[in-house]
Amino acid sequence: MSVVPVTIALGCVAAFLVVAVLAVVAGRTRVATPLIYAACLVVALAAFTNAFAALVTGAAPSAAASPLGLPWIGARFRIDPLAAFFLAVVDFGAAAASLYAIGYGRHEDEPQRVLPFYPAFLAAMNLVVLADDAFTFLWSWELMSLASWALVMAHHREEDNARAGTIYLLMASFGTLALLLAFGLMAGPDGGYAFADIRAEGPSPFLAGLVIGLALVGAGSKAGLVPLHVWLPLAHPAAPSHVSALMSGVMTKVAVYGFVRITFDLLGPPDIWWSIPVLAIGGGTAVAGVLYALMQTDLKRALAYSTIENIGLVFVGLGLALAFDANGLRAAGALALTAALFHVLNHMLFKSLLFLGAGAVLVATGERMMEHLGGLIRRMPVTSAAFLVGSAAISALPPLNGFASEWLLLQAILLSPQLPQWGSKLLLAGVATLLALSAALAAACFARIYGVVFLGRPRTSAAETAHEVDRASLAAMILLALLCLGAGILPGLVIDGLAPVVASLTGAQMPTQAGIAWLSIVPVSESRSSYNGLLVFLFILSSASLAALLVRWLASGATRRAPAWDCGFPDPSPATQYTASSFAQPIRRVFGSYVFRAREHVEMRPPGDVGPARMKVTMHDGAWDLLYDPLVNAVAFAARKLDKLQFLTIRLYLSLVFFAVLFLLLVLALWP
Amino acid sequence: MLDLALQGGQMLLVLLLAPLLTGLVRKAKARLLGRRGPSVLQPYRDLLKLFCKEIVLADTASWLFRVIPYLVFAATWVATALVPTFGTRLLFSWSADLIAVIALLGSARFFLVLAGMDVGTSFGGIGSSREAMIATLAEPATIMIVFTLALMAGSTQLSEVAGFMLSPNVGVRVSAGLALVALMMVAIAENGRIPVDNPATHLELTMVHEAMVLEYSGRHLALIELSASLKLLLYLSLIGCVFFPWGLAPATAPAFDQLQGIAAYVLKLLAGGLLLALFETTVAKMRVFRVSDFLGAALMLGLLGTLLLFVSRSL
Repeated sequence: MSVVPVTIALGCVAAFLVVAVLAVVAGRTRVATPLIYAACLVVALAAFTNAFAALVTGAAPSAAASPLGLPWIGARFRIDPLAAFFLAVVDFGAAAASLYAIGYGRHEDEPQRVLPFYPAFLAAMNLVVLADDAFTFLWSWELMSLASWALVMAHHREEDNARAGTIYLLMASFGTLALLLAFGLMAGPDGGYAFADIRAEGPSPFLAGLVIGLALVGAGSKAGLVPLHVWLPLAHPAAPSHVSALMSGVMTKVAVYGFVRITFDLLGPPDIWWSIPVLAIGGGTAVAGVLYALMQTDLKRALAYSTIENIGLVFVGLGLALAFDANGLRAAGALALTAALFHVLNHMLFKSLLFLGAGAVLVATGERMMEHLGGLIRRMPVTSAAFLVGSAAISALPPLNGFASEWLLLQAILLSPQLPQWGSKLLLAGVATLLALSAALAAACFARIYGVVFLGRPRTSAAETAHEVDRASLAAMILLALLCLGAGILPGLVIDGLAPVVASLTGAQMPTQAGIAWLSIVPVSESRSSYNGLLVFLFILSSASLAALLVRWLASGATRRAPAWDCGFPDPSPATQYTASSFAQPIRRVFGSYVFRAREHVEMRPPGDVGPARMKVTMHDGAWDLLYDPLVNAVAFAARKLDKLQFLTIRLYLSLVFFAVLFLLLVLALWP
Repeated sequence: MLDLALQGGQMLLVLLLAPLLTGLVRKAKARLLGRRGPSVLQPYRDLLKLFCKEIVLADTASWLFRVIPYLVFAATWVATALVPTFGTRLLFSWSADLIAVIALLGSARFFLVLAGMDVGTSFGGIGSSREAMIATLAEPATIMIVFTLALMAGSTQLSEVAGFMLSPNVGVRVSAGLALVALMMVAIAENGRIPVDNPATHLELTMVHEAMVLEYSGRHLALIELSASLKLLLYLSLIGCVFFPWGLAPATAPAFDQLQGIAAYVLKLLAGGLLLALFETTVAKMRVFRVSDFLGAALMLGLLGTLLLFVSRSL
């Protein structure tokens, strides 16, 4: 019997779990940390190779079943192209984070709080993607939530981390509840929980609508769709940085996987109106996420909010694919889905890179607040170069990978006049504006982050005395940066790699890109649009080198170092530089006054008083003000009112029980 | 081989014409204000002077600060060379469409913003922060204009768009008019012209672009000035090739047509430059926070153009 991919994948999961058990035993010893992470690296690489091979060779879907699990159902696992792609994404992110952690993990004060949960987290994410029945899926999903919750709570004594953990746990349970209901509805009254049975079931349009709503809530809360995003910017930064990279770069992708699996695979042919909430929420999430990110002064929190933006972009792509598919526009649907999945891959690459870079900054300076950093480009040359690549990639600058996927997404939107529905068309024009806005805001956001953290003069002594991090961490960051460039200049390879996934979901695929001259990408036809990342990269490289050479030969080469000019009034204090808050002030004034009701109050001292004047900025988070605070208040109110029930006499309790039984019997009797 | 020569010729042409255009606009403005003004060749002399001078580099400048002028220049030059000037369908015109050209300019700006932050002065910061704010409105407006054009022409390739605009079935379109107005507004903002920014001053109240590059000197400054001239040329070429595509010759056309194309292009630039100078002398500089209204209007025009097309397609 030949070994099929699913067996190897399950073997890798088992290996992760063994490493987790070993970590429980050996977690406290000093040498354990690099060994555990090295083991994770090896297993993740094996799992990645397996999934990648399954995807590229176009192996037939392979399935396996195990008697463990619910009675009579057991647990089923399957690798089809969709699962193979997401497994590859998950395990590549895991490998990069593990490589980084071989060095970074040494700085952990209490490694036993991280080490056992880390491999378990990786195993759970693999299992979610492998699962082929609802029970295994939900069980793995819960394991993933719990393991990541434990990692978020690793530094539980730090301020705010306990609150982050509580909110995360609440939102994760809520999300799983929604998914549980979704799977319950899909399985129907006969309870066929295997995915194959669910596919055969084919729910009624009304049920399908409910399932879409529940899937959006369940998977969307894990992915960070607005307004279910509130836990994400609290929990992702609270974890150790390599775990933050995993949560932002990889776990959100598992959530996207859950949504894709339910809507594109299990529910059958889509209906046009499914796409409307997905598109609207996706577009709103993209702009809201990046606007939030622009207002943050905590480096890791800004990165977490930017994850929300990117998830919004992915969901816009998915919504577009749904809209096209519902109208039978298969080729356009394939283009939109390819764009979404390409962005999934890209976001894994650059968000992992950026979080690892933030971790390096944290190790080197002990600071996460951007206002306390600055000038790191001189102290940490390699980290800053890798972070620059990540920042440019996430800002969708050509020729890097972020631009390639956003370009595909825009091309997909340009096909939307083919849609017959008026509502969708008008919505899409709005969504296009939101996409354009979010891309421009993302560039501003990352110019701000990079400019404040790495450029300028150091604002504190911690930033002034920073040192470059260890080699393992640097290797992980350099690897991710190179892949950002690689996927950007050769997007055709990625598109072809995604073809089997897209074909298995929409029944169509984009034209094969491999044979096109000069490795261009041509999404629809040559006369419509084409883009060549490789040539653009070579053009920029050659014209920059040409300019540099000419300048070197012909122009004056004299250079003199002197104090900064600054219009003649340079101030030696680094506090006079622009900070993260002051950089964002114009944008806060333009956009924030609507979105966050941002207000600036200036307190001027009365004449004669020599104290400093102060400026205060107040901002409101709409999600908390309108949704969560009323909800929390309502729950507290209900709890206070129901409190009386705890102090009744025995007679009242007995009569309550009697009436409850009576009511239930009545319901049973009257049920049709 | 001829293709390569044409493509190379266009790259050289834009590089040589760009300072002349800047000089022309300055001269025209000066005449309109009743001054004699410097010769139209003055920008070439300025560039030559800057290239020959030594650089005074701030102590706190990093390696990135020294690399950025080359990157900005390369990105702007490549973008300018990809916009059809006198001819369409040049050798490499398919390697980047209009979206990519806009994104290349976005790359140049991203790095220039970083350069403003690098030395760690308050002037650099103020320029970068305001440039970023203007970009967050100008870029979406540009993308919406691109959408309008692409939906009309069924392509984002500039050669195809120009070809469509030349064809007789265009007629008078409201969307195209809206896009033209929006593109002009964006071009004014992107090039830091009055009323958004004033390229001629270093006053604190007006500074955006000039503040950002305040610390640059010598050959670095020369490259940045050249990039700014190229960008102005790019926007005029873009407006010319999309909305006034007369005289554009395909790469396969005979040499006479090519020469005609060059003549038409120079005339278009002349007209564009004079109109810009006229516009700049008739309006007053606006406050920085009024720019958001100005560009918001451009964004709305772009969106309106797209919406009109979406609606008219379904009729």
